[in-house]
Amino acid sequence: MPVEIDIDHVARLARLDLTDEEKARLRTQLGLILEHAAKVGEAAAADVPPTAYAIPRSNVLRPDEPVPSLALEGALSNAPDREDDRFKVPRITEVE
Amino acid sequence: MRALCDLTAGELAGRLRAGETTSADITESCLARIRAVEDRVRAFLTLTPGTAKEQAARADERIQADSAAAVTGIPIAVKDVLATRGVRTTCGSKILETYVPPYDCTPWSKLSSAGAVLLGKTNCDEFAMGSSNENSAYGPVHNPWDLERVPGGSSGGSAAAVAAGEAVWALGTDTGGSVRQPASLCGVVGLKPTYGLISRYGLIAFASSLDTVGTFTRSVRDAAVLLSVLAGRDRMDATSLDRPPLDYTADLDGEVRGLRVGVVEGTFGEGVEPDVRAILRTAVDRLGGLGAQIGEVSLPNTDYALSAYYLIAPSEASSNLARYDGVRYGLRVEGGDSVEMMARTRGAGFGPEVKRRIMLGTYALSAGYYEAYYGQAQKVRTLIIRDYERAFESFDVLVSPTSPTTAFRIGERIDDPLAMYLSDVFTIPANLSGMPAISIPGGLDAAGLPVGVQITAPVLGEAQLLRVADALEREIAFDAAPHIVGA
Repeated sequence: MPVEIDIDHVARLARLDLTDEEKARLRTQLGLILEHAAKVGEAAAADVPPTAYAIPRSNVLRPDEPVPSLALEGALSNAPDREDDRFKVPRITEVE
Repeated sequence: MRALCDLTAGELAGRLRAGETTSADITESCLARIRAVEDRVRAFLTLTPGTAKEQAARADERIQADSAAAVTGIPIAVKDVLATRGVRTTCGSKILETYVPPYDCTPWSKLSSAGAVLLGKTNCDEFAMGSSNENSAYGPVHNPWDLERVPGGSSGGSAAAVAAGEAVWALGTDTGGSVRQPASLCGVVGLKPTYGLISRYGLIAFASSLDTVGTFTRSVRDAAVLLSVLAGRDRMDATSLDRPPLDYTADLDGEVRGLRVGVVEGTFGEGVEPDVRAILRTAVDRLGGLGAQIGEVSLPNTDYALSAYYLIAPSEASSNLARYDGVRYGLRVEGGDSVEMMARTRGAGFGPEVKRRIMLGTYALSAGYYEAYYGQAQKVRTLIIRDYERAFESFDVLVSPTSPTTAFRIGERIDDPLAMYLSDVFTIPANLSGMPAISIPGGLDAAGLPVGVQITAPVLGEAQLLRVADALEREIAFDAAPHIVGA
């Protein structure tokens, strides 16, 4: 059975504007892909530990020494909009 | 006589050392080939002939001064998901159409310091998501062996450039097969090393636990040469492995006697095209003829690998691609407030496959579904790793097709994402488990299209992997070239 998805909800979570046509197509396609993907539920028992990285590493630290980092102009060179040394964005207040 | 641009990097390095040619000549040979075929192949998104000539001139000075490395003066193409300072890097996406990185990725930085020559940035599926290159926002790459067919993906431009003689070798990235599958479909060698062996710094992220920088070359030896330069710990990538520098060409002696080779179950199965099966059969027989012990290996959880991959990769992608928010770089489409601006920017800037994966990943990570999808997929990942650990108790390397089919026609699978995803069935396990794997040309099918043979080794088993691949390459002696090269 294809999986039923609330496309509007997922698109809102993903901050992704979709046309009605895109939503209709995605609803069908994701339903089929998820039906296939749900097979993972058959395979793994509860006592199998999850793997996030195949070759796990932990506490990877470097000496705490100051080194040069990206210069300000480099960091701002691709900004769609800027004011002085800052990225400029529209107002933050969410309108629901 | 073959043009300079059709030789291996090893042959060219020999000629450079002997003073028989110059980097300027080799670079001009590649640029001439690009002028001759690029309007049909469309392997590149950005060409850098001006800087290439400057780099070639500097390389020639180094060679004169006897301070050349193995890669000095050899022209290379770099996939457009790898950041190159001052050279536009689009990831095949409209959202980064004008992005010019202020820094170099570590792989190119290493090659650049060693005197390599950058020809340009190669076309790819948008953000490396795809198996056909049809997901590039800038149009598909055409397979040099048959221009109506796909080159594979996502590193299709890099594979096609090497196959067509537009570059001597190329860098790509492999998250689910994106180096090996296009190498297979374009008749070149594609190496995906162990996860973390090559730094990912400056590789624009798709799925961070799977992304691997890989190489396209005309010989296994060339792949070993590139890997020797690229491998190594990088303090800019916390997942890079701390390994001493190694000369990966050292063990290429052709000796595989007594080596245990496991043929992956399904290699000769229904889902694999008959010509692909036949070429795999011959390759396995050749290894047997060289004295390797051949057996069959069963990997019981393989059927679930594809499902796990198509949850894990989109989940990580949905998180990684959250950075395209119209604030710091890339496209911005204005909106009433920041949230509206972000949603509009992303709606306008991403193509259909990227949207599909962002939605898939967002759903799989969302409250109420996380355990059933993402959590379960991570457990399956453990099972896949265990399968391979068990297999490598009995075998030194595993052999399978790289792709179940040869190159398919442009447009043939674009409306059926699930069928497209199935073409990754043999390549995905190496990404889930971190193992190194390589695709080498095994021969041509009845239609004259290349078929790749995949060899897989345990984590950090590159020396063994390359030794077997090199031995098999000598036996197969694949020397066909696409018609377009002679035309």
